[in-house]
Amino acid sequence: MKKETAKTLRAFAIELAIYALLVVAYFFLVLHFLGGWLYQLESQHRYIYASVAILLMIGQAVVLQNVTTLLLRFIRGRAG
Amino acid sequence: MFFPISGADISPIYLVIVGFVIGIMGGFFGVGGSFIAGPALRLVGLDWNFAVGTDLAHIVGKSVVAVRQHRAFGNVDLRLGCIMALGTIGGAEVGAQLIQALKRAGNVNLVVSIVSIVVYLSISTFMLWESRKTLISQKGRLPRGKVKGVKSKEDHSAFGPVTRSIQQLKIWPMIALPASGIKEISLWLILFVAFVGGFFSGFLGGGAGYIRMPSMVYVLGIPTHLAVGTDLFEIIISASYGTFSHAVKGNVDILIALVMHTGAAIGAQIGAICTQYFAGPKIRLAFVPLPLIGAAIVIYTLFTGHKL
Repeated sequence: MKKETAKTLRAFAIELAIYALLVVAYFFLVLHFLGGWLYQLESQHRYIYASVAILLMIGQAVVLQNVTTLLLRFIRGRAG
Repeated sequence: MFFPISGADISPIYLVIVGFVIGIMGGFFGVGGSFIAGPALRLVGLDWNFAVGTDLAHIVGKSVVAVRQHRAFGNVDLRLGCIMALGTIGGAEVGAQLIQALKRAGNVNLVVSIVSIVVYLSISTFMLWESRKTLISQKGRLPRGKVKGVKSKEDHSAFGPVTRSIQQLKIWPMIALPASGIKEISLWLILFVAFVGGFFSGFLGGGAGYIRMPSMVYVLGIPTHLAVGTDLFEIIISASYGTFSHAVKGNVDILIALVMHTGAAIGAQIGAICTQYFAGPKIRLAFVPLPLIGAAIVIYTLFTGHKL
């Protein structure tokens, strides 16, 4: 039982580390490429900005969940 | 890191940690976590109107993640969620309009602070009383370990007799909610609960799950596990509407929300998985300190004058 818990925790720690790296890379992409454009959109086209904001949020949610699920499957697959 | 839309300078690590903590709470309790996120954003210098709108945007993403997880566990009543979304949207618009009126009057920060303190303290006090009473009684005691199957999701509450009397109100049209185990309930009752939740969502920010989740359990009689999952599903619809409404009014910094959500995405999955290991009254008891933390932060801001 303890061995199983240790394995799960180790897999989770590896997942967090890989996830953190991906997230840092993502920050630079989002803030550098989307930041200026979103700022312009927010000040000039509020309705388009509002729609884009929701789509970006849902899109990111689906992508991140798939990434974490894949990471977990991959890490557990290798550990098991 | 500078966020041009709101003009705020905030550490992305701080935003990710806040998102992660709120994500765990959201997945476990079915709440948006605005009672933490609002003050946490204020702490780093964001105005209330931006804190409210940005938090709503981040909640949309976090709820999508948590609902997908809860749906896999059979914790989502889609019919109830869709009906509640209608009432919530109406309430959210009224709440958002009130925020705009207060913004024009120039006293939005003071009024929202006082209302949030009253609401948070009331919810915590009531839930502490009810969940403790339920756990002490024989009915509330469930075996330790993983909670599995339909029977384990059946809930007992010290407030049960009042809930049953409310359910017996025959105001046409009556509908059935088979996924939640309810044979007959007034549509107006569901819409009323949703409207109240929506109003606080638009007024105080977030999905107002801290009001709606307990209301679903105590007023509508929905089992806690289903209330958590369904509330999150409903939050996706209502928070999306709230985000749109606030974004049009210039209250959303989507870049802050996207950064916060990277932490929330992983936290929400952990929280949703954790619900499978606890019985309903224990989830409700664990819920009690959360609004108190939010109230404490707002009280601190009010008395010290620090921008929180």
